[in-house]
Amino acid sequence: MSNRTARRSRWKGSLGIASLITLGIFVLSLGLGRYAIPPSQVAVLLWEIITGQFDPAQATEPARVLYYIRLPRILLAALTGAALAGAGTLFQGMFRNPLVSPDVLGVSSGAALGAALGILLPGGSSATIQIFAFTMGILAVALTYGIAKVSRGQSIVMLVLAGVVVSAFFEAALSFLKYVADPYEELPAIVFWLMGGFHRASWPLVRALLFTVLPGMAVLLLTSWKLNILSLGDEEAMSLGINVSLLRPFLIAAATLMVASTVSASGTIAWVGLVVPHIARILAGADHDQSMPVSMVMGAGFVLLMDDLARTLTTAEIPVGILTAAVGAPFFGYLLIKGTREAWK
Amino acid sequence: MAIVVEQLRFGYGPVEVIRGASFTVPAGQVTCLLGRNGSGKTTLIRLVNGILRAQSGTITIDGCDARTSPRQMLARWLAFVPQEHQSVFAYGVRELVVMGRNPYMGLFARPKDSDYDVAAQAMEMVGIAHLAERSYMEISGGERQLVLIARALAQETPYLLMDEPTSHLDFSNQHGILSIVRRISRERGVGVLMAMHDPNLALAYADQVIMLEAGQVYREGPVDQVMTGEHLEHLYGIPIKVVGLATGQQIILTEAGHA
Repeated sequence: MSNRTARRSRWKGSLGIASLITLGIFVLSLGLGRYAIPPSQVAVLLWEIITGQFDPAQATEPARVLYYIRLPRILLAALTGAALAGAGTLFQGMFRNPLVSPDVLGVSSGAALGAALGILLPGGSSATIQIFAFTMGILAVALTYGIAKVSRGQSIVMLVLAGVVVSAFFEAALSFLKYVADPYEELPAIVFWLMGGFHRASWPLVRALLFTVLPGMAVLLLTSWKLNILSLGDEEAMSLGINVSLLRPFLIAAATLMVASTVSASGTIAWVGLVVPHIARILAGADHDQSMPVSMVMGAGFVLLMDDLARTLTTAEIPVGILTAAVGAPFFGYLLIKGTREAWK
Repeated sequence: MAIVVEQLRFGYGPVEVIRGASFTVPAGQVTCLLGRNGSGKTTLIRLVNGILRAQSGTITIDGCDARTSPRQMLARWLAFVPQEHQSVFAYGVRELVVMGRNPYMGLFARPKDSDYDVAAQAMEMVGIAHLAERSYMEISGGERQLVLIARALAQETPYLLMDEPTSHLDFSNQHGILSIVRRISRERGVGVLMAMHDPNLALAYADQVIMLEAGQVYREGPVDQVMTGEHLEHLYGIPIKVVGLATGQQIILTEAGHA
């Protein structure tokens, strides 16, 4: 018993440290950028906003920058990171494969096609692009699930293969749209959208995202112990009393809602959903009950940090998807070399 | 008190694998399922376990219809020990065993202290209490099988299904595991249904034997009545002798090796 308590308190420790670091990055990010705001002022303004004393009508210039530009952007980045990392942990556990990422069921290719359609349609605003991306992301996963189900036995392998099929088809359609797109206006817009970034952040967008991401995160956190059992494979999970044909679509739906909404808001942010779950597993152990919250917190912190770099490295903004991949991939390589045997084989 | 299977039929597509099988698995005894490769042993275990749905026939467990029972209820009657478990994630032994408590937990629940107590007792019973802190990845094949048995015990079910639980194990581990299974059956009154390749192991550890031939039950009954040279020869299609030893034990021999 005592060892179990010790391990649990060690886990709480690493969750606490990860949370503190992420919170630190959060506060720091508010001050960073072209228009620098000193941390002391950030703290005061943040306090005013939280306690409701902040009045946008009478606010000073730094306060308006912070409230209308930085805060929504930073919240969007944090939500995106948490959603992608959480969904990554879920899918890696559910598909019994540490190389799986949140878009294994086709959500990203679906959203990308939807966004390209939105960009090409005349009179499309950024809201219509996002709605298109969101709908097509969900549609892609539904199609994947449908194909797997029709092809007798919705086994894990069938789901992954159906995901490959659907992704390939949506990517072909996307290529076609790129080909017919106007090369001076629309094509760059599509390409830039696909690279991902948080520059479209606004309060209405963040509020809309809260409605999809927070419930999804709650479901994933509440069921994270069951994920351990699901990760044993269908036959064992069923023998242990899990209704796999009910729980799995439920969890896929929760994760898809999260990922589709973040992808439609920020484009494809590569690697987060693959690498962060690994790091969380190394820190918190194989038990998904413990690694799920750590993964979400670290995902938020990692994406925030990458967005800070995207905003500050050069005078122009670098698409954040480039940075997450450029930093994530080598770091993953380093982890592989260093050995991660304690968390998975 | 028994699992009663009647006129069970099942096929993968047009190929019928189980063709009207009927048999009984009594409580508190070890029943071995013998048969050649492809005779339907694993399919039958998966049907009883509700992993596969039979096309027709009935399965009742202590008088209750198993085919219409929800998954979670079924897991309170039947625990399952697979042939081998390929773990992808390095769960701790205790964490794996406590998963056996899942049938008694809600969707959002975590194991409580009482669940860990049951898991500890289960580990004690199969003699792996000292492995509780270890990772499933770093223990031996025999120890892993004991972990899976402990997990099944933590389910506190009246029946235990095992699919070739010893086929990957060495000689001493085979006998070690089967002795424990028989002890569990005796001490806890658990009815065990175990698919098995080696008829000698069935002879040594089973109370009842079911002989499965091409999806039908060829013979069923107590070991001493069913395990005859004639039946075994028919079942396996090779010359077989059951030899009594001076110790009172019996051994199944075939001439095939030295013909």
